Amino acid sequence: MTDQTQAIAVQSLAKAFGRTAVLQNLDLAMPAGQILVMLGANGAGKTTFLRILATLTRADSGKALVNGFDIASQPEEVRRTTGVVTHSAMLYGDLTVRENLHFAARMFRMPGREARAGAVARQLDIDRRLGDRVRTLSHGLQKRVALARALLHRPSLLVLDEPESGLDQVAVGLFERVLSDHKANGGSAVVTTHSVDRGLALGDRLVILARGHIVFDQPRTGLDSATLRDIYARYAEPN
Amino acid sequence: MGVLGPIWAIARKDLLLEFRNRDIVVSLLVFSLLVLVIFNFAVELTPVNRFVVGPGILWVAVAFAGVIGMNRAFIIEKDRDALDGLMLAPVSRDTLFFGKALGSLVFMLIAEAVLFPVFTVLFDVDILRVETAVIAAMATFGFSAAGTAFAAMAVNTRSREIMLPVLFLPVISPLLIAAVEATARVAEGGSWSDAAQWIQLTAVFDIVFFVAAAVLFHFVLED
Amino acid sequence: MRGTVPGRSIWLAANAALMAITLWMIFIWVPTEANLGVIQRALYFHVPIAIISLVAVVLVAIGSVTYLVTNRARWDWFAHASAETGVLVGALTLITGSIWARPIWNVWWTWDAKLTTTLILWFIFVGYLMLRAYAPAGGQGARLAAIVGIIGAIDAPIIYFAADLWRTAHPGRIAGPGAEGSMTSEMGWTLLVSMIAIVSAYSYMLVERYRVRRAEAAVEALSRDASLISARGASASRADVLAAGRV
Repeated sequence: MTDQTQAIAVQSLAKAFGRTAVLQNLDLAMPAGQILVMLGANGAGKTTFLRILATLTRADSGKALVNGFDIASQPEEVRRTTGVVTHSAMLYGDLTVRENLHFAARMFRMPGREARAGAVARQLDIDRRLGDRVRTLSHGLQKRVALARALLHRPSLLVLDEPESGLDQVAVGLFERVLSDHKANGGSAVVTTHSVDRGLALGDRLVILARGHIVFDQPRTGLDSATLRDIYARYAEPN
Repeated sequence: MGVLGPIWAIARKDLLLEFRNRDIVVSLLVFSLLVLVIFNFAVELTPVNRFVVGPGILWVAVAFAGVIGMNRAFIIEKDRDALDGLMLAPVSRDTLFFGKALGSLVFMLIAEAVLFPVFTVLFDVDILRVETAVIAAMATFGFSAAGTAFAAMAVNTRSREIMLPVLFLPVISPLLIAAVEATARVAEGGSWSDAAQWIQLTAVFDIVFFVAAAVLFHFVLED
Repeated sequence: MRGTVPGRSIWLAANAALMAITLWMIFIWVPTEANLGVIQRALYFHVPIAIISLVAVVLVAIGSVTYLVTNRARWDWFAHASAETGVLVGALTLITGSIWARPIWNVWWTWDAKLTTTLILWFIFVGYLMLRAYAPAGGQGARLAAIVGIIGAIDAPIIYFAADLWRTAHPGRIAGPGAEGSMTSEMGWTLLVSMIAIVSAYSYMLVERYRVRRAEAAVEALSRDASLISARGASASRADVLAAGRV
């Protein structure tokens, strides 16, 4: 039943927090090797959707397979094959970058911690800061560490919630390279952003989420900035 | 056993963080020592009653230190949402529970290693014995198992600093009673058999709460 | 509004009538107990209330376990309603117990095993209600509360055992049950009627609280539907947006 050619297969996913319905009967299929960019205003449900894929939040109803694994019955396999970046760094401020990466590697029971932590640190150009406590790093550098941590266990799917927020120009360039390397190695990614232009720059496919629904879903090819911006504006106004 | 690695990694990480943040460890120890001193004035100790009253004061100090320590252990996880990072590890939720509980257990045992000798000196009640060490270890085991589950719950609420003691202290009251009584029996010069009933009660609490906390823990973490 | 309302009104009236009969039996009909005196009449309230407060602990646990297993909100409403009414009944148990203890044992409070257990359980369920107030809305708060509900019930026998053991270890510090009373058939009948009246009143409260929870959930569902309708309004224009996207 594990269909590895689908990175994500979601059927009628729904989630409500108290009085607010965040996701309503969301369906989405994404083949492996694709970079899907999800656009949406704040409160559209992007973060909740990604948290459900990452097994951090439980859906109220519906079904989702990630890398062919069921999020409800095989969450550990989902987590083993998925790298996640959220709005927070998910790091310990009083541990050094190296200690944070080693701790994550221990949690993933990875052999060769030292080498792998060094490799991801170099990939994100933070190898000179390995000995610094995370607390002392700027927001942008913490974000890089978070990304390094997400790459540590060589996930086949990256789940990235606004990965570029707080990154400077150099770091955005690094991130683009990381994403294209990941894709070149056969990896897939779901990336959220509110920027139409960044979405067009990063994605193979663009999806707009509004009020818990997918209201737009097109491949990158043939989309131009002005058209997409026009469509997005119709949905992006806050509720 | 592949789960032991992550369990130990969590406990080690927690201890590393606690001791790197020395201000917390120091203020926590000073606070529990102060509890011993203040109660010494609040309760008039005589050569006769100090064996009965003393262990009660000692365990109140330990309980306060434990509550503060376990609250800290989860506040660390809320800072930069590190708990989400833990939950993204490919291990089951009970592995996280065992790791956090082990960290709290070791941390409390270290605090007790400081408190017990000071108590012996200040109260002139000799509790530096094998019996008290075993009793303390058993009571601390149940304390950290139940406390870890409650601290994980409290950290998700508003006014989390006060929610933990309010929820947790009534629940562990039988364990506190047992620890106090067992310590008192032994401090009076009694043997294992004098404290046997209380040690049995501690063991029952330990088993019941270890199992209950481990089974219920994954419900705590979902949202 | 609906057909259930007259039924509940009849039940409410029956409760009032039963309670009036109970009061008449307790204060007028039943003879004063010879050894304990007038205060023994408090027993006709205290015993049924104390039994119900113990039942409430079990009801919260049943609701909590079933909620965690099935994830159905109605079991959470039931557990929550049982906890609220349980805290009320528990407080009444402690108060009537003190009224009883003062003339009989000469103290307002004594660390007897039953009293101690009732008090500590009462604190645990006050904590349950506080947790519900301070926890995030929705499923997470309900799950956290369910855990406290289950742990409270598991803890109850351990607390009782510890308090009992503690009492035997410190006999001098407990004012014990002193004078024993004897039960006549009138007393038996009074206790029985009081038991029925109080169980009925308690069940009524429980049902009412449950209905309030259900109504609150219905309001939540309505506002969810409202957001759904506005979202449908948005997706009605989806087709033309998709068309525009192909231009």
